[in-house]
Amino acid sequence: MAQLLAVVIDGLIYSSWLFIIAVGLTLIYGVMKILNIAHGSLYALGAFAAVSFTSAWFNAGLPAAGSFGMLALAAIVVGLIAGPVIERGLLQFQYGKDEVVLVLVTYALFLILEDLIKFIWGVDPLFVQGPMGETPYSMLGTISVGELTYPGYNLLLVAVAIATGLVLAWALSSTRSGKLLKAVIHDREMSAALGINVGMTYFVTFTVGATLAAIGGALTAPTVSVITGMGAEVIVLAFAVVVIGGLGSLGGAALGAVIVGLVRAAAVHYYPEAELFSIYFVMALVLILRPKGLFSGAEVRKI
Amino acid sequence: MKFDRTCIAIVGLAVVLLIAGPLLPAWAVSLANVSLCLGTVVLGMMLLMRTGLVSFGHGLYYCLGAYAAGTLENLVKVSDIALMVLAGAAVTAVVSGLLGLLLSRYREIFFAMLSLAFSMILYGLLVKSAALGSTDGFNISAKTLAGFAVDGDSRRVVLYSIAVIVTLGSALLLHLYLSSHRGRLAGAIRDNELRVEYMGASVRATIHVNYVISAVLAGIGGALMAVNIGHIDPEMAYWPQSGEFVFVAILSGTGSVFAPLAGALVFETIRSFAYEYSPNTWQMVLGITMLLVILFLPGGLWSIFKRRKAG
Repeated sequence: MAQLLAVVIDGLIYSSWLFIIAVGLTLIYGVMKILNIAHGSLYALGAFAAVSFTSAWFNAGLPAAGSFGMLALAAIVVGLIAGPVIERGLLQFQYGKDEVVLVLVTYALFLILEDLIKFIWGVDPLFVQGPMGETPYSMLGTISVGELTYPGYNLLLVAVAIATGLVLAWALSSTRSGKLLKAVIHDREMSAALGINVGMTYFVTFTVGATLAAIGGALTAPTVSVITGMGAEVIVLAFAVVVIGGLGSLGGAALGAVIVGLVRAAAVHYYPEAELFSIYFVMALVLILRPKGLFSGAEVRKI
Repeated sequence: MKFDRTCIAIVGLAVVLLIAGPLLPAWAVSLANVSLCLGTVVLGMMLLMRTGLVSFGHGLYYCLGAYAAGTLENLVKVSDIALMVLAGAAVTAVVSGLLGLLLSRYREIFFAMLSLAFSMILYGLLVKSAALGSTDGFNISAKTLAGFAVDGDSRRVVLYSIAVIVTLGSALLLHLYLSSHRGRLAGAIRDNELRVEYMGASVRATIHVNYVISAVLAGIGGALMAVNIGHIDPEMAYWPQSGEFVFVAILSGTGSVFAPLAGALVFETIRSFAYEYSPNTWQMVLGITMLLVILFLPGGLWSIFKRRKAG
């Protein structure tokens, strides 16, 4: 029983992390029909920027609690710089091309960004850590659930994931721009003809998606050693999540994240050898049974 | 299907390469060797691309071929190169025959994603299987060829000659297939599946056959590479490896069976020099090259040659 509880809690924590990473990917695909491999690099950029920002903060001798603000700032700065640069500099010339060609373009971008990261931050592992060894990860203390103890930082992940999901769902369904966005998803040409600035919609969507990837990276940075290649590892996981839920669906990303999170947690607890295998097995299974993902039913899509 | 100029050129190239082998410096033989192994895999990618499909999971078959060869030596104690490569081909043929039943229903990014999932499943299995060395993989010695010992100074050239024969043999067979009735359907399927069906040809069967051929080529390439390098690990099934195959195929173009071979040679040459001089920026060079090719040379490097010939 205790183990089952542990599986559920571990699973949900992991799901939250997955959701933060995958939601930007599904948003970009849903609106722009770009399956963005470079999403993994944006995640890595967020993590590396988080290291730089927090170490600058710690070096200035400022109170350690402010490092949380630095994590957020790092993600926003990366998102607001990388997003517009990539969208305006490269992607805006690619719209309307075949989806597979767009995947290849973002793959090329992924290769470029991977080396850009090495170029800026070097190839040694980096850590988010203050002079006394304090990290945002340890600062939030621990929380006990029955006999189990969890770092408080994990609660932050869950909170951020839920907040992100709710804000996006609200923005899509209840704001003017969200409704315009839905129109663009439904029929790009017609929306443009009716006076919606489609280019601007794409620009904003990509920037928001890039920022979400960077937030995922910045929040992960305190929990791991930040190394090159972390983007490659994460992007396939994010693919698994969005494919399981259904590409381009917000609810699908949440469902996919929960499924992958629980499956992985169960594998880790009961049969550790199957940790990676189980995730991609579920991904293949969903693609075989419901190629468009579990949440594809009421998807608005042109024929 | 007829024995045309391309066939003669392939045979001629094979003869020249075989004669040149013992004369070339060691580094050139090694470089050519790796390029030929990669070229075999990319031949398969080219066939898929002609059919309009991009697989982000061909590392599956590359890895499977290598592990089939390696397992044959490690567990069954058969260390003959010919048998090891055959094992790679056989295992990939069976697996792709089965997976092809599913994958032939998929197109576009769904094809790419499902093949990615399959290759990651293999990766996930291999990194956790202690018997096969987990993430470290294991070494392969591949001591004999048809009963004769392959070692000492001649080993490099012998391996190279095997690679020349296998790769150019594959290129020849692939060229003959591409000029056959079914082979020509590939381009038609890419352009318009519906019309192909109306003409009475089966799109699914053709895609299935092409998928198996491309998988077997990847398996052969993987087994050859394993024998050559003498070491295999699960990274062969990891997605950046599959991405590399896609990259070389895009770089090469699908114009001719020579394109993948030339593309593989260019790629391996760039890689070996870049590793030497700028190990931390070479991926960036690759990425920029790929963007330029996608934007300005959708037909790949081969199309430059083609255009000049036409003009």
